[in-house]
Amino acid sequence: MNELHQLTIHEAHELLKQRKISSVELTRSALKRIAEVEDKIHACVTITEDSALRQAEEADNYISSGNIAPLTGIPTLVKDVICTQGIRTTCGSKMLENFIPPYNATVIEKLKAQKAVILGKTNMDEFAMGSSTEHSAFFPTHNPWDLSRVPGGSSGGSAAAVATDEAIYALGSDTGGSVRQPAGFCNMVGLKPTYGRVSRFGLVAFASSLDQIGPITKDVPDCALVMSAIAGHDPRDSTSVPYPVPDYSQHLIPDPSGSSPRGFALEGLKIGIPQEYFVEGMQNEVRAALETAIRKLEELGAEIDWETSLPSTKYALAVYYILAPSEASANLARYDGVKYGFSERGASNVIETTEKTRQFGFGSEVKRRIMLGTYALSAGYYDAYYLKAQKVRTLIKQEFDQAFKKYDALVTPTSPTVAFKLGEKIEDPMQMYLSDVCTLPINIAGVPAISIPAGFARDPSPSLRSGSGQGLPIGMQIIGKPFSEETLLRIAFAYEQTTDWHKKRPPL
Amino acid sequence: MKLSYDQVKHIAWLARLGLSEAESEKFSFQLSNILENFEVLEEIDTTNVPPVTPSIPQQNVFREDRIAKSYPQNAVLANAPRQEENCFKVQAILE
Repeated sequence: MNELHQLTIHEAHELLKQRKISSVELTRSALKRIAEVEDKIHACVTITEDSALRQAEEADNYISSGNIAPLTGIPTLVKDVICTQGIRTTCGSKMLENFIPPYNATVIEKLKAQKAVILGKTNMDEFAMGSSTEHSAFFPTHNPWDLSRVPGGSSGGSAAAVATDEAIYALGSDTGGSVRQPAGFCNMVGLKPTYGRVSRFGLVAFASSLDQIGPITKDVPDCALVMSAIAGHDPRDSTSVPYPVPDYSQHLIPDPSGSSPRGFALEGLKIGIPQEYFVEGMQNEVRAALETAIRKLEELGAEIDWETSLPSTKYALAVYYILAPSEASANLARYDGVKYGFSERGASNVIETTEKTRQFGFGSEVKRRIMLGTYALSAGYYDAYYLKAQKVRTLIKQEFDQAFKKYDALVTPTSPTVAFKLGEKIEDPMQMYLSDVCTLPINIAGVPAISIPAGFARDPSPSLRSGSGQGLPIGMQIIGKPFSEETLLRIAFAYEQTTDWHKKRPPL
Repeated sequence: MKLSYDQVKHIAWLARLGLSEAESEKFSFQLSNILENFEVLEEIDTTNVPPVTPSIPQQNVFREDRIAKSYPQNAVLANAPRQEENCFKVQAILE
């Protein structure tokens, strides 16, 4: 360990508990790191230095009086789609550039209850619509492994920030892959919880039947700690479920190799490998890394079925890009320039004011999705698009239900490729949409999935090669039954302990 | 499925979304391309398949109707682009 900001949550927690470090020291270290690297990475939209240091002092007092929770005194960054009272929450949009929420999201209240330290807010694709963070209204975030590449999206700021140790962990949100895909592109651990596991109160709505908040962390034990902190029923979100929250850390089995009396960590687990996720256009290096990783799971005691099939997977992209924009077009109808947000002045009547407000307040990807969704819901097209997609959604969900009668988990790549170049897909929306092809079906089915580091690859096209010699991160996605986050974490942790991928940091 | 320029204009009107001429032209092309990718859904038989129910089976959720603290007026108005006499100000809606 060289510097405090390089610590994980569990490492920092031990040092805080033993009073070897203070939260103020830890927070100063993270703020110093932000000042050092932010010029290159552009992960943050807002830094709240003063309030972060005040929170750190409070945390130190709390610890001095003999109290400590797993996240006490640990600095975090929060995706700018999650409402923070008194701290600007922009959603990466000109529409909300100056919006200061009067309340906290439930997840923020939960972090504050543990005396966590909030350092600021992270950059994102506008209203969480995108896969590269290039659709931010302010600036693109850069991938710390190769500054000419995207960090993924839409939680690209959160993933890039944790990868460069600007924060010990971060929160993101995931509607079609927005936690997992950037975690994969930046060599982080990212979890999309089961729909209903984490309260969405205070999460600015994109597609309400798909959205979930999830952690982005440096390793799997940290992911378990953040999940235990943010999960749980919330009377203010009627879709959150009243199930008890497990202590996820209890499900992590140390020493997975079979030498302990507990035997192999994954013994008794059946894992399916759905062929449809090893798609055309997938990079060979990604395929090879996944095959190696899956063999490792086998060595750890899991029974692998390489021939699993989920034939409806090929419809997921169409289903997603009908349903998510439809819900978005309804959710974003609220931005009319009246109660909050950008408002165009000088138009002659109320309708023109609304139109101009939305024309100048929204960026091109948001407009594209409002257009798609409005079309899919409009008279004469509703049955062919929205209703049809809702029916195929049933089939996709049933296929997962069937698969989970046979398997405890499914394993796929998180993304068919490593991080792509800034600008590479920005003019071709369909190519951008395809980068989420492995993560979208999981939101459609509402099940949980985690992405963990599973290796590195050079860009297969020699002309595009640049950056560090080691190459770019590859993510492995583990998908589970509803409310089986503890199983995903168990599998992820067993794998993590047998590799060093998660310990690698970008050379900055 | 091709989306004509006129259809783009109509959808934008439904969404109360102002678009420049250049944007309308671009969307006509881009949205047509995206819609082509949706045609794959036509090959799948969904007769007798119900539209999806929420991912997690849930009944309607009820709670007691209790009086709770609301936000102070100044907090609610703090983000308003235009306000007057403690109200949100809008342009005339009725002729």
